[in-house]
Amino acid sequence: MQRRTFLQGSLAGGAVAVAVGAGLLSPRSVLAAWPEGAFTAKSVQDAMSGLFGSADNTASSEIKIKAPDIAENGAVVPVSVTTSIGGTTKIALIAEKNGQPLAASFSLGKGTKGFVSTRIKMGKTSDVIAVVEAGGKRYSARKNVKVTIGGCGG
Amino acid sequence: MATKSIRIRAKAKGTDTTVKALITHPMETGLRKNKKTGKKIPAHFIQEVTIKHNGATAMTANWGPAVSKNPYVSVILTGAKAGDAIELSWVDNKGGKDSASTKIK
Repeated sequence: MQRRTFLQGSLAGGAVAVAVGAGLLSPRSVLAAWPEGAFTAKSVQDAMSGLFGSADNTASSEIKIKAPDIAENGAVVPVSVTTSIGGTTKIALIAEKNGQPLAASFSLGKGTKGFVSTRIKMGKTSDVIAVVEAGGKRYSARKNVKVTIGGCGG
Repeated sequence: MATKSIRIRAKAKGTDTTVKALITHPMETGLRKNKKTGKKIPAHFIQEVTIKHNGATAMTANWGPAVSKNPYVSVILTGAKAGDAIELSWVDNKGGKDSASTKIK
């Protein structure tokens, strides 16, 4: 019965039904927490609202983004974010001009430093925005990365 | 999923432990087209990555398709020491998953 519900759900394509279906496939509560709305959002504002519940944030000099000034290959842009803001719980990486700007969001545990490093795809030259959530407040920083060959689609 | 999709290393230096991991995964965005058939290649990307330190979650990442192919991820833990267990696991949008563990050196 559950299987049938899942199949119908995925055929219907309803977001909720699919979420339930995914829950049935791999019964882990955490997976259901994947913020689909934030990742499929087409604008930076929507992505931030979807992820943090609000698009408000304060620019902070305590966030450092390490990324190349010029990325020859937009498919692999190494980005590191370091923040000295105490009690950082979440770091989100947003590529401003990607079709779906939100690239990744990291939730950090208590013993984890305000640092993440990963590689993202960028469609074209734009700012990389790092949004840090600490103590219920949001801070952001941005850095421009020039992309000579886009890494989305193609 | 394929076995051994994860390469993970954790190294302690002073009070900080750097965890670095490479995951083998196509990370298809769902926007690319197969050049021969002109059909879109379906999206296939990792949605969630979890790093655990001695069984306690140290980091949970939600990823979109804009994370590069064969993703690299690195975090720094404090209060961890050599010999502690580090485990990384991931789940993708097709329900595929894998995990790997290592000890801090």
